[in-house]
Amino acid sequence: MNNDIVIQTKDLTKKFGSFTAVDHISFEVRRGEIFGFLGANGAGKTTAMRMLCGLSRPTSGMGQVAGFDIARQQEKIKQNIGYMSQKFSLYGDLKVWENIRLYAGIYGMKDADIARKTEELLERLDFTKERDTLVDSLPLGWKQKLAFSVSIFHEPKIVFLDEPTGGVDPTTRRQFWEMIYEAANRGITIFVTTHYMDEAEYCHRVSMMVDGRIDALDSPSNLKQQFNASSMDEVFRKLARKAERME
Amino acid sequence: MREFWVFVRKEFYHILRDRRTMMILLIMPVVMIILFGFALTTEVRNVNIGVLTSEPDHAVEQILNRLDASEYFTVKERLDSPDDIDRKFRGRELDMVIAFGDHFSEKVFDPEGAAMQLVVDATNASMAQSYTAYASAIVAQYQQDMQPGAGRKGIVPNVVLMYNPQMKSSYNFVPGIMGLTLMLICALMTSIAIVKEKETGTMEVLLVSPLRPIHIIIAKMIPYFTVSCVNLLTILLLSIFVLKVPVAGSMVALCVVSLIYIIIALSLGLLVSTLVDQQIIAMLFSSMLLMVPTILLCGMIFPVESMPEILQYFSHLLPPKWYIMAVRKLMIAGLPVSFIWKEIVILIVMAVLLITISLRKFNNRLE
Repeated sequence: MNNDIVIQTKDLTKKFGSFTAVDHISFEVRRGEIFGFLGANGAGKTTAMRMLCGLSRPTSGMGQVAGFDIARQQEKIKQNIGYMSQKFSLYGDLKVWENIRLYAGIYGMKDADIARKTEELLERLDFTKERDTLVDSLPLGWKQKLAFSVSIFHEPKIVFLDEPTGGVDPTTRRQFWEMIYEAANRGITIFVTTHYMDEAEYCHRVSMMVDGRIDALDSPSNLKQQFNASSMDEVFRKLARKAERME
Repeated sequence: MREFWVFVRKEFYHILRDRRTMMILLIMPVVMIILFGFALTTEVRNVNIGVLTSEPDHAVEQILNRLDASEYFTVKERLDSPDDIDRKFRGRELDMVIAFGDHFSEKVFDPEGAAMQLVVDATNASMAQSYTAYASAIVAQYQQDMQPGAGRKGIVPNVVLMYNPQMKSSYNFVPGIMGLTLMLICALMTSIAIVKEKETGTMEVLLVSPLRPIHIIIAKMIPYFTVSCVNLLTILLLSIFVLKVPVAGSMVALCVVSLIYIIIALSLGLLVSTLVDQQIIAMLFSSMLLMVPTILLCGMIFPVESMPEILQYFSHLLPPKWYIMAVRKLMIAGLPVSFIWKEIVILIVMAVLLITISLRKFNNRLE
């Protein structure tokens, strides 16, 4: 396996009884890439992502994340990834720095490193005076930025973002994507699901899931050309029309 | 292991920062002990007696003296006519009236016996029963003293109240409160704490992290385990020094039984948390399925023995019943450990079963 490829799947499949949630998907994600993972609700995005994160075992097919097998080396995978969900993932009754220390501690970072990096991070986010604020009393946009910073605090190889910008205003979404680009430039691979088609345009490459299959996978500009569409939204609508199964 | 303790510290922050809940958890057992100990007593005390008799009679006077001398009864007044009884009861002036037949002293030694009637205000049925039982016991005692040996007729039971000679009801409910408090803290609070992480979405993040699921569970249980130990200590100290209920048996055995019971309650909490996704449902679930049966069916207030048979069988399935029974034997009867093997074994079997089921359910949910 090429060192530059951090996620690789081959015919990855997950069945729940007779229902095939994920149907033979194969793709590769390169290091430092921003990979958009799109699909309507119920298309199988979440199930596929859970398998990649080591939360769920594939029924058949293989996959590697950060060089580890997703069926057998889940513990190793968990050490090397970060995760942020659409639901807010910090603890509201803990202070900003306590949240950082908690997650860094869970990933086994040393106290001295945590202390040093916390100050750096707070300075970078211009959060220094909010150090001792309970997270509950921060505005949503700030929380979301903090949550992303925390998810890559331990310098994972890959970060999985599950609809990270849900319910956030457009200005904050822009700032959020700036942070994503910055992380990608540092070599962290971004695997992101989203509902917002304008965000799909920001990704280096986009995959579209329909009925558990990946029906299209390419850069946004190539996809638009291929489907003769003016926007990703149109590409998505043309593909989603083929969907047979409902939520 | 370091990762684990980082997580435990966070759990302590959660409960320490939620001051109100914390106060409720710590003060609740104290309030319950005081309420049950002093207010909700089922003891017979200060019962006002009226007397209905047609003539002065020395046997009647002796019986009345004995009743009056006991701490339960006060002979308040002499009634002139049976018609007064109803009025006195309604006015709450009297609780019981004793009517003596004519020529009482002479008939005491007659084959037919002397006539005596106890009239009780039975609006509170169980209290009324206690009044008559206490009064009958005193009269029986008098009768026995009057005619010892050969002269006595019929069977006069000699009642010995073992372990709780003063029939203090506080002896009875302390084990019940222990069972209830530990169930409340361990099961209810644990289930809410775990479900809260599911509700807010932090559970997902934790499961994706290198923390092992079993560590997450244990870390969530440790603070409540600590709180319940504090509660156990509070209850024991209060009952020993305020209610004067002694711990007659082995303290070590008491702690071991409590520990097993705490483990059971914690796994019940975990089980509930795997079944529901919202805190409010977890709360309803725990209180309806765990608290109510503990209060009603485990002998905390109503004795298990006097329940309909089907409920008795049902109560065998409830861990608090066995715990409360074991604690009663240990604390109040002061029986050696060899007498509670049955309870211990049943509790251990329940603990193992519940841990297995709830861990399996928890892991299934991950798949």
